[in-house]
Amino acid sequence: MARAVTTRRKAVTSVIAWTVATLIFFPILWIFVLSLKTEGDAIKTPLEILGSTWTLESYAVVQERSDYFKHFTNSVIVAVGSTLLGILVAVPAAWSMAFVPSKRTRGILMWMLSTKMLPAVGVLYPIYLLFIELGILDSRIGLVIVLMLINLPIIVWMLYTYFREIPAEILEAARMDGAGMRSELLYVLTPMAIPGIASTILLNVILAWNEAFWTLNLTAAKAAPLTAFIASYSSPEGLFYAKLSAASVMAIAPILVMGWFSQKQLVRGLTFGAVK
Amino acid sequence: MAPAVVLLLGWMLVPLVMTLYFSFKKYLPLRGGDLGWVGFENYVRFVSSSSFWPAVATTLIIVGGVLVITVLLGIALALLLDQPIWGQGVVRILVIAPFFVMPTVSGLVWKNMFMDPVNGFFAHLWRVFGAEPIQWLSHASMPSLVMIISWQWLPFATLILLTAIQSLDNEQLEAAEMDGARPLSRFWFVILPHLARAITVVILIQTIFLLSIFAEIFVTTAGAFGTKTLTYLIFQRVLESQNVGLGSAGGVYAIILANIVAVFLLRVVGKNLDA
Repeated sequence: MARAVTTRRKAVTSVIAWTVATLIFFPILWIFVLSLKTEGDAIKTPLEILGSTWTLESYAVVQERSDYFKHFTNSVIVAVGSTLLGILVAVPAAWSMAFVPSKRTRGILMWMLSTKMLPAVGVLYPIYLLFIELGILDSRIGLVIVLMLINLPIIVWMLYTYFREIPAEILEAARMDGAGMRSELLYVLTPMAIPGIASTILLNVILAWNEAFWTLNLTAAKAAPLTAFIASYSSPEGLFYAKLSAASVMAIAPILVMGWFSQKQLVRGLTFGAVK
Repeated sequence: MAPAVVLLLGWMLVPLVMTLYFSFKKYLPLRGGDLGWVGFENYVRFVSSSSFWPAVATTLIIVGGVLVITVLLGIALALLLDQPIWGQGVVRILVIAPFFVMPTVSGLVWKNMFMDPVNGFFAHLWRVFGAEPIQWLSHASMPSLVMIISWQWLPFATLILLTAIQSLDNEQLEAAEMDGARPLSRFWFVILPHLARAITVVILIQTIFLLSIFAEIFVTTAGAFGTKTLTYLIFQRVLESQNVGLGSAGGVYAIILANIVAVFLLRVVGKNLDA
């Protein structure tokens, strides 16, 4: 029996939902508005701001004065690099745990998860020191390694939950049809695993892009990704609302779009499969 | 499986052993370097320093405040978004958006564009009603921070609780309805028990992340006005005042604290593995 919903009730809930959603989204909408204003206009009252002229000037200024694209590139390299490296390391692990589970599989999975809960600040100095000794402080490669390691448990877990859903009978069927180990991997398992791997990549690029403990503490001018670059606006000089807004919009826009595509994976990935 | 295990083992053990090692030393990299073993002195000094208990209080207020706000509002929002509404997809997208904003951006945007006592949005709003604008981050620093962080985490709670609500068997609700259960008792006796597990997961995962909140404080108050959490205190000891021994002892406390929470979380997640 489907429940009848009156149009009036739907209208009321819709109005409430849209109001709440707009309030929650408002700060993001507002920086978008401010990014299209001049610095002089951006500090006026909200009504005056909406009535003033619109301009793309701030976007150009941010790039000119601060070499924005260098930091953007750093973010891309660090987020994508650490994720792909993590996938490379995690696929074999998740694969064997999902298809050839042993008595220790459960223990290993739980232990991996527990490393994710190690508070970063507790190991800040050792990592800092190791980075100096290895000469990788303020380098992209250093960040790639650290971010790969902090996200590795999530990557292994996500891949494991996806792989486990691939029915073992399919493998048997393929074997009965005379498929060898190689073609089994190539033609049967890989196509089935690709959606799970893609989702894992998506979520982990987002997490790495927004990571703001190690990126702030392990970089300076050279390797700073957008998180650290934006933080440099915390000690501003003069008028900067429009520039900060423009820099922020460019920093969050790509991830917002990716995030909207990854809603489902987000739940699965961040709850380690506890809520699906 | 070997490479992943070896890497994580190294990532966990090497820094952990180093932190433990430093925590028993008087180690000041800029003022004499390694000044020898001091036993448990750092551990005693860390907890007896005048900034320790305020930091504990700050941490508890942030974690507790954000948890209460995000869970309560999260349940309300999830129930709302589960209703039939026009443009459901777009509404969902708008509600989830703050979670994807990087912490430094949300910290700075709230601090400058909204909470600035002269040019901020709230200041303009207050003046419209003839009220004196609030010095948010200096006079109401803790509520401000709790608000900023709640804004970031509300989408997470909402999304997970919504997913849980949608997995609820509709027939169960209809049966309750046919038996004459009012909306409130349907919520209390059918929906809430079903959500219990998801709420536990939200609380545990958020606690882990909230205990190590850093960037939001770094770009807004930098630990001033009573916003120094344990994480921030340790960061200051280690990198700002370069008292590595003392900071490492604090780090060990933080690790122990996180592990207590982790044990509970692992138990909940582990149950799911057997299913």
